[in-house]
Amino acid sequence: MSEALTLPRLLCRNARAFAGRPAIREKNRGIWRSWSWAQYWQEVRDFALGLAACGFRRGDKLSVIGDNRPRLYCAQLAAQSLGGCAVPVYQDSIAAELAYVLDHAEVSVIVAEDQEQVDKILSLKGRLPHLRLLVYDDPRGLRDYEEPLLASFDQISAKGREFGAAHPGYVEAEIAKGAPQDLALLSYTSGTTGPPKGVMLSHANLLCAAAAFAKAEDVRPGDNMLCYLPMAWIGDSLLSLVLHQLVGFTANCPERPDTVQRDLRELGPTIGIAPPRIWENMLTAIRVRAADASPLKRRVFDFFQRLAEAAELLKAEGKKPGPAMRLGLCLGEVFVYRPVRDRLGLARARWFYTGGAPLGPETFRFFRALGVNLKQVWGATELSGLASLQPDGEANPDTVGPLLAGGELRISAEGEVQVRSAAVFQGYYKDPEATREALTADGWYRTGDAGYVDERGHLVIIDRAKDVGQLADGTPFAPQFIENKLKFSPFIAEAVAFGHQRPFVAAIIAIDAGTVGNWAERRNLAYTSFQDLSAKPEVRRLIRDEIARCNRTLPPAAHVRRFVLLNKEFDADDSEVTRTRKIRRRFVAEKYAALVDALYGGADTVALSAAITYEDGRTGMLTATLAIETVEAAAEPAREPIYA
Amino acid sequence: MPAGRTPPAISEPKRGPEELLVVSEVSKHFGGVRAVAGVSLTVRSGEMVSIIGPNGAGKTSLLNIISGFYRPDGGSIVFAGRPITGLRPSRIAALGIARTFQNIALFGGMTVLDNIMLGRHVHMRAGVLSSFLYWGLAQREEVAHRARVEELIEFLELEDLRKQPTSGLAYGLRKRVELARALALEPKLLLLDEPMGGMNQEEKEDMARFILDVNREWGTTTILIEHDMAVVMDISDRVIVLDRGRKIAEGSPVEVQRDPAVIAAYLGTAREREEAA
Repeated sequence: MSEALTLPRLLCRNARAFAGRPAIREKNRGIWRSWSWAQYWQEVRDFALGLAACGFRRGDKLSVIGDNRPRLYCAQLAAQSLGGCAVPVYQDSIAAELAYVLDHAEVSVIVAEDQEQVDKILSLKGRLPHLRLLVYDDPRGLRDYEEPLLASFDQISAKGREFGAAHPGYVEAEIAKGAPQDLALLSYTSGTTGPPKGVMLSHANLLCAAAAFAKAEDVRPGDNMLCYLPMAWIGDSLLSLVLHQLVGFTANCPERPDTVQRDLRELGPTIGIAPPRIWENMLTAIRVRAADASPLKRRVFDFFQRLAEAAELLKAEGKKPGPAMRLGLCLGEVFVYRPVRDRLGLARARWFYTGGAPLGPETFRFFRALGVNLKQVWGATELSGLASLQPDGEANPDTVGPLLAGGELRISAEGEVQVRSAAVFQGYYKDPEATREALTADGWYRTGDAGYVDERGHLVIIDRAKDVGQLADGTPFAPQFIENKLKFSPFIAEAVAFGHQRPFVAAIIAIDAGTVGNWAERRNLAYTSFQDLSAKPEVRRLIRDEIARCNRTLPPAAHVRRFVLLNKEFDADDSEVTRTRKIRRRFVAEKYAALVDALYGGADTVALSAAITYEDGRTGMLTATLAIETVEAAAEPAREPIYA
Repeated sequence: MPAGRTPPAISEPKRGPEELLVVSEVSKHFGGVRAVAGVSLTVRSGEMVSIIGPNGAGKTSLLNIISGFYRPDGGSIVFAGRPITGLRPSRIAALGIARTFQNIALFGGMTVLDNIMLGRHVHMRAGVLSSFLYWGLAQREEVAHRARVEELIEFLELEDLRKQPTSGLAYGLRKRVELARALALEPKLLLLDEPMGGMNQEEKEDMARFILDVNREWGTTTILIEHDMAVVMDISDRVIVLDRGRKIAEGSPVEVQRDPAVIAAYLGTAREREEAA
């Protein structure tokens, strides 16, 4: 990489080199509208000048909150152009979380997408002493607000053009002052424990990770990506903000979060990333659709899917499929694989990634078999988002690939994975103690993941180091591994496995309301709500059979012996999962201690009362008696079809 | 370059004092039943007026008289300075009064987009032949109308449902599509008959937000019939109370809530209901 690169400098370069080519698109009123690189730069410059006119100085922090919108990306680049730092936050955070992050980061300017977000910020105004300016993109409903902090994006840009006329070359001079080691991004980790921590990343950190990625995958300016993941997630910042500037491909913003699936199909992006949750949802959707199809279509689909998975397994063993199988795969490509990929918007995908958490091997294999070049990546916010990635042709569900070029890897005596590279973060904002815990004196980052390097040099992640435990008899126990097996069942949305210092493995299961509901309807099983559905004995039997099937793929010691169906879904508003939908295991174990005790006691039922939080922040209590089910180590039950 | 999202320009937000709708002494009898008995009311441009009252008070009948569905037995209606008493509903719609229905009246087999496009019908000028050939005026018109409909789709957040048939939609969403169709007419006066009937709390809050936004952003004068008092008191500029076909009170939400006649009318119906039970 050449010397002294920063994100704003790359933007200037792109505005010159790619001037008229599309930088970013947004679907608005049913039509994809493009901004060229020259326009994108102009938008960023005007807004930066406007910020400068309002007193934004080097080292100040600007936060964006909302769905992925071109102007929110612009605002972050504008702040960075002035030597400031961007602090993207989760748009669905509840007020208390939001107040904590915005106050901790000492954010002085917030750019909000619309009235909903503005209202949320204004309600927290008293707790944000550093806030000087609140900018909104969409003016709808904000006409009558009399609030001195408030200004529209257009007003600030107009102010910027005036300021720019009076101070020619202002932004360019500020960009020239910037250095690669300046703080570019303060990314708050959703934190499976404790309050969020602000990870400080410099331009050099981010560009190091992005450059290694671009080199490994040959990302080109002609590539297209859909930016639909939360802007506060490091994965989105790395791709939509950093890699986007570095490579100069086209970023695309969906119309609304509800239209992502359709927008994906219209766009046919060539590159994309999705957390396991989304792949699992897609798989479930495909299975439900297949179950709804006519018997002939269903058979054709099942046949070709099994064929492709068999071929995929052969490939994994390093063998070549025979001629009959190859012919079958060609037919499958025409009749099944390609149409399904097209439906999913993956028809033009050169590569897609899954990251953030491990993806179940069955789900992984399913998409690979369909011909999607799905690969696992691994990283951490503290490593600028990305540290390892599987090369083409070496994708497999068990590893996360070799470390990216420029990084060093070591496994500590306790089995913890540690990484050193130029992408390692600067420290946690205002938390030197946590920084000392995470970084060794010689610059190694302790990832907190337990893992090892296999014979091909690929990194294998077992689980979070602190979650890996032992059953009472000393057998190692990795909960995530078991949970991913369970979640492969289309009927199981979430699972939390217990077993550390216990005689056997037990699990709390949240059913998938969509597929189980569908299943119940087909059986004329009446139900009213999620709670009611989850309490049906028929549903319990269904899940018991699913678990029994899953147990067959697990070593006997890891078999799930008892389980209970939770009467609600795991929800980020209840702090049970993080905003990126990772289970907060310890919190769940504490909150549902009564359930866990009952799983290991002999009782058949347990009374549970749990606090729930509504979307608007109100709380309520949910009380119910849940039945506990035992899974016998019996012979394999017949596969319960989704249809019947 | 897309200039952000500018607010759609249907009509200038006018909050002038001029009287948009003047209803004087209208009455309607069905056989021996007096549905509406000598009701007068005035609605000014840009106002949000709610009509409340117990069941059978004559609220929907009054709306039907204004929109031309019923011909009144007596009295007169003046809209934007011209008498409209007894005109055909289609004529009244063309003059700028749009409505939604208590029981949803959408075309179930048609998509959301087509249902809303239908609301543009009164503004279409192209003839049968050019429409059939989709050429010249017809094509330009279609594009312009579609652009207008897209504004409404964005405003009412229906983007993900454009191509879905309305018959498969949830109740609250169908109500929203009906509102979009009424707005597609670019009405000067919008009549909403229980837009929140049968909705859950969340759907109600969304709908109240949309109705308020339509009124505030576009200045569309609105008459609302609604049973949910919390919503009525929250969003109305003025409330008119009907009971047994007569107007018994009128004023700001606070004034109406304190009015003894209103309290009596509501308690009275409650007592009668108890007796009937």
